[in-house]
Amino acid sequence: MAPRARIPGPLIDPGSIAGEQRAAAPPTGAGEIFVAFTLLALQGFGGVLPVAQRVLCEERRWLTRAEFLELFSVGQVIPGPNVCNLSVLVGYRFLGVRGAAAALGGLLAGPAVVVLALAATQRTFAANPVVAGAVRGISAVSAGLIAGSALKLTSGLRGSLLGAAPSLLLGLAAFTLVAILHVPLLWALVLVGVPAWGLAAWHLARAGNGGAP
Amino acid sequence: MTVVAWLSLVGNVMAVSILSVGGALTVAPELSRLLVDRLRLMDSASFATSVALAQAAPGPNALYSAVLGYQIAGLSGAVILLVAFMAPSTAVALAAARFGAARGHHRALVALKAGLAPISIAMLVATAWILASQTPRPAPILVALVTTLLAWRTRLHLLWMVGAGALLGILGVL
Repeated sequence: MAPRARIPGPLIDPGSIAGEQRAAAPPTGAGEIFVAFTLLALQGFGGVLPVAQRVLCEERRWLTRAEFLELFSVGQVIPGPNVCNLSVLVGYRFLGVRGAAAALGGLLAGPAVVVLALAATQRTFAANPVVAGAVRGISAVSAGLIAGSALKLTSGLRGSLLGAAPSLLLGLAAFTLVAILHVPLLWALVLVGVPAWGLAAWHLARAGNGGAP
Repeated sequence: MTVVAWLSLVGNVMAVSILSVGGALTVAPELSRLLVDRLRLMDSASFATSVALAQAAPGPNALYSAVLGYQIAGLSGAVILLVAFMAPSTAVALAAARFGAARGHHRALVALKAGLAPISIAMLVATAWILASQTPRPAPILVALVTTLLAWRTRLHLLWMVGAGALLGILGVL
């Protein structure tokens, strides 16, 4: 399907088999953050999140999968586009407000130029059968990219307060509500999130009181 | 458009944006009611084209707000609508980041983050599911499944997968 032979280095991802990878060098300046987010946003066809996970956890190693998952979760419950919220939280974590501005600016500026250039020429663009075919293909691939990211992030659940079986049950409940029953996300978050929060708080309190009976 | 009309538009877009829990596109119907039905700034076909364009182009889907602004008033419209759309949620995200930095180790917050983690993963799987079920035919589903495995288990660069998908789409396989 894709020309595998041209990719250098080991093709099998050790992180997906051997578990969590360590975070290495954090970014040192706003410029580095801006460039990183510009580059990852420009690769984000059909969704930026899979690229962000790849780049931040595996290529640049600014975050572990558990840290990425934590910031993404916070970004999902507050209003606004998930990936934009994630960029603000990641940038802030490393460099405060400057870092947040650099990350969000990088995420939006480059792609804005691209999308507005397309909008300026969209009459020919939208009618083009080659473009329409490519968009169909990218859409199928992007579903897979998002699912692949989700499966990778499950390794970030290791050592979670909730434990494996309750995590799986809560996940299944949330999936069923949103994907099968088409319940609005906000309601799904409340219906499943509140019990999950309570369960985690209970585990935490029990651990804090000197462990389980 | 007059200054007053712009201010009212910006205020309305900001109010819609604050409701966009779960992604930029969740409020697309709301924005369509505002821009197409109420203010009559564009027709529903150009609204749909703007959304499709932002989804096809690289970058966050939130950029459809910039394309909508561009349709209304060119480049300045694009900047105004993008800022109006992004400002409220960015302010909340910054406040959350600050709060997390100061109180991140508070027990209730640690529990909240731990509780949300598996749900966030489930939401991603749900997103993939909904996206894939828009084309319920064997070929696109197979492509999505193969991509899932490659993205999960290998280091193959994501752009190879995107390129291969685009090529299959152009060849009419999907």
